[in-house]
Formats: sequence, structure tokens, C-alpha cells
Amino acid sequence: MVRLLSFLLFLVTWWIAALLIGDVKLPAPPAVLKVMLTEAASGALFVNLGATLARVVLSFTLAMALGAAIGYLMGRVKLADKIGDPWLILLLNLPALVVIVLAYIWAGLTEVAAIAAIAVNKLPTAVVTLREGTRALDRSLDEMATVFAIPRGKAFRHVILPQLGPYIAAAARSGLSLVWKIVLVAEYLGRPNGVGFEIGVAFQLFDIPLLLAYSLTFAAVVLVIETVLVQPFELRAARWRPRAA
Amino acid sequence: MQLEVDITGKHFENAAGERHDVLAGIKFSLHAGEVGVFVGPSGCGKSTMLKILAGLDHNYQGKVSRPAVARLGMVFQEPRLLPWRSVEDNIRLAAPHIDEKRLSELFAVLELTEHRSHFPGELSLGLARRVALARAFAIDPDFLILDEPLASLDDALAAHLREQIATLVESRSMMTLLVTHNLDDAVYLGDRLFLLSARPARILQEVPIPTPRTRRSASEINHIKADLVRRRLAKI
Repeated sequence: MVRLLSFLLFLVTWWIAALLIGDVKLPAPPAVLKVMLTEAASGALFVNLGATLARVVLSFTLAMALGAAIGYLMGRVKLADKIGDPWLILLLNLPALVVIVLAYIWAGLTEVAAIAAIAVNKLPTAVVTLREGTRALDRSLDEMATVFAIPRGKAFRHVILPQLGPYIAAAARSGLSLVWKIVLVAEYLGRPNGVGFEIGVAFQLFDIPLLLAYSLTFAAVVLVIETVLVQPFELRAARWRPRAA
Repeated sequence: MQLEVDITGKHFENAAGERHDVLAGIKFSLHAGEVGVFVGPSGCGKSTMLKILAGLDHNYQGKVSRPAVARLGMVFQEPRLLPWRSVEDNIRLAAPHIDEKRLSELFAVLELTEHRSHFPGELSLGLARRVALARAFAIDPDFLILDEPLASLDDALAAHLREQIATLVESRSMMTLLVTHNLDDAVYLGDRLFLLSARPARILQEVPIPTPRTRRSASEINHIKADLVRRRLAKI
């Protein structure tokens, strides 16, 4: 109910702003909705959204898996931490644009280059978060597992992983928002489809209704995925912790 | 089955590079069916010694020979339960082969039956201690280590839990090592007492208690306690 009111407030603000600024720079909601419907009817909207989502899923999975493994290693092994740390600082502070442009130059305007570039942008935050999580592991529970001769694999699943759960959730959350932002830039610069590409086209033609139609559909998809997938996962990962009042 | 311990020294260096001696001379043996009790001032190095005996710390001088086949059960000073697993799952994780009948028996003895599906965060310290005890006994240990299992419980609860430990210890022939600074626990549960010095710890004296645990009367326990206090004072 509150969410619906919040959405209505957004629509009303937009509409009033459109009336004040004028249709050329900010079209009113019905005009944008009309473009959305024609794009949906032609199928272009779904093709582009699908392409973008596929890139998000692939690069996100790649970065999370790799980042978690590297982060765990750096948290456990001092030497790995010493070797990896300068790379980590470099990658954390390298602008996304640099990575994307270099990837396109080195690997061509290909799908692999785009997905790798997005993954490389997300990787360091996952590494940092998981390294912190690994450092915070409770040694006394490790000792317990050793004393009771719990096999390594089992100990990892039942003793280590639950402690890392909140850190994985945090890395996923911050990583996903980063990927949402960067995927459009990568598409804009070097892919022939996807939401980012369409926004690039709309920018060149100064077609503001088209631009808004794609941006808002994209925002809606992000919102749905966050509420349906990410938030329940976060709750699950932290379910044994005492609830905040 | 027998435990042979001869630790001649253990030290560590702190962040400033200063050397700290923790253990000086710990030599004893322990047979199956025996309960050895270490009594010493707090901070004397008892927990360090237990870590070595449990095989968690290999960095010491001397020798510890523990039968390779001996299954080790341990009750740490803090319960060390997994907060994200229920009481039952905590025990099953350490003792995957335990059958339902044995588990129910253990829960019954330790009065945990109604807490089976609770999570550790929902338990009081006394209850969590009992779960830790249940976990150590669930694996049917050959070697049992109890590190101050009754510390910071109120007297009535500690006395009650002490009886439960006695029942469990009687039920199985194993080498049991108890560390405590409470003379009641020591005299009530032990077969042989080892009095430890202040840091660096060494064994000052070994005091056997010949009367079997079950036949010790209250007056005898008081007598042994008084004797212990006298010995301790004599050492100071």
C-alpha cells in the first residue's frame, strides 16, 4: 500500500514537472507509455531487455564465483593476501570506462569482451567483502570442528559457509547494483543490442520518449528482481541472527 | 588405552617480541576409566595445556602420546555451538552415526529433551553447557576433555550438572581430563588430582582419591577438601 502511494507520488511529480518544463525535454507519462507499448508490440523491448539481463546474469555469476574464491583465499593465506592486495587496490580504483574501452580494444567488440569487462569491474568489491568475512571467521569454531574430527568438506559447509553468508549477501547486493550501472555503459560503447544500445540510439536521435521508455522499463525490471530475488536471499542468509526490533 | 604426557616447556612470544613461559613441567599418565583433575589458579596455563593435549597446538617442547585410535570429545570453556544449527543438528554434526535411541537417552539424562529443536541463541548458558556436554558424550569418546565445564553457573545448577557428568562418566570407560579451579568439582569427580603452580605451570603434587566416586560420603569429600586447602597453603 505504502509502495503504491510512493509510486503514485512519483507519477504525479513527473507529470507536473512535464507540464512545467514542456514536452520537448520531458514528455508526460502517457507519451512514454505509448512508446513502451509500441516497442513491446514489435518485440524489440523484450529482445533488448533479454540481452541486457543475460549479460548481467553471466558477468554477475562469473564475478561472484571468482571474487568469493579469491577473497576466501586472501583471507586465509597471508601470502595470497600480500600478493593480491596491490592488484585489488588497482582494480578497485580503476574507472569502469577504462576497463570497458581496453577490453573492447584488446578483445574486439565482442560479447566476451563486454561480459569480461563488466565482471572485472565487480570482481574487486566481491573480493574485499569476502576477504573481510573470512578474516572475521570464528577460530574457536574451527577448533571445535578439528577436535570433533568433522571432515573438511562438511566443516566448510556447516561451520564456515554460514558465517560467510551475510558477507556473500552483502557482496551480491553491492555487486548487483554495480553491474546494473555498468552493463548499460558497456552496451552503449560496443554492443549492437540491449537497453544500453537503445539508449545510445535515442540519445543520438534526441528521442526522449524512447530514452525514457527503455530507462524506466529497465528500472522496473531491476526493482522486481531486487524485491523478488535479492531481498529474500538476504533474509535467508541472516535468518539465524536476532531480528532488529 | 593410556595417555602419556611429558611436556617440558611451552612458551610464546607476544607482539612486542617478549618471551612468555606458559608451561614448565607437566608429566603424568592417565588410564582408561580414570578421571584426572587439574586444579590450579586461573591464568596458570591450563587451557594452553588442554589445547596441546587436544592436538590443536603442536608447538611445544616434550612429548604427548595419545592412542591414535582414541576418539576425542571435548567440552570447551565456552559452549562453542553453531548458532545457525538446532541443538539436535549441532550434536549430529559432531556425531553423525549416533542412533535415535542413544540420542534420546543423552537428552533425557541432561534434561534437554524439550530443547531439541531450539537454536543456541535461545538457550541460557547452563543449557548451552549441557548441549556441549551432550555433544562430547554423543561421539562415545575414548578420551574426554572438560575445560571448566561448570564455570559461571550458579551453585545449585553446577551441583546438578556435576551429578549428571558423574553419571555419564560412570557409563563408559574412558580417559577423562577435567580442568577446574573449584575444589568441589575436583573432589566429587576426580580419581587423581593434579595441583598446578602459578604460571609457568608445573605439577606441584599428585593426590589420589582411593574411594570410588559413587561411595564418597559428604564428610569424606569435606575431609579431602580440607586436606587440599592445607596442602595448597603449605605450598604458598
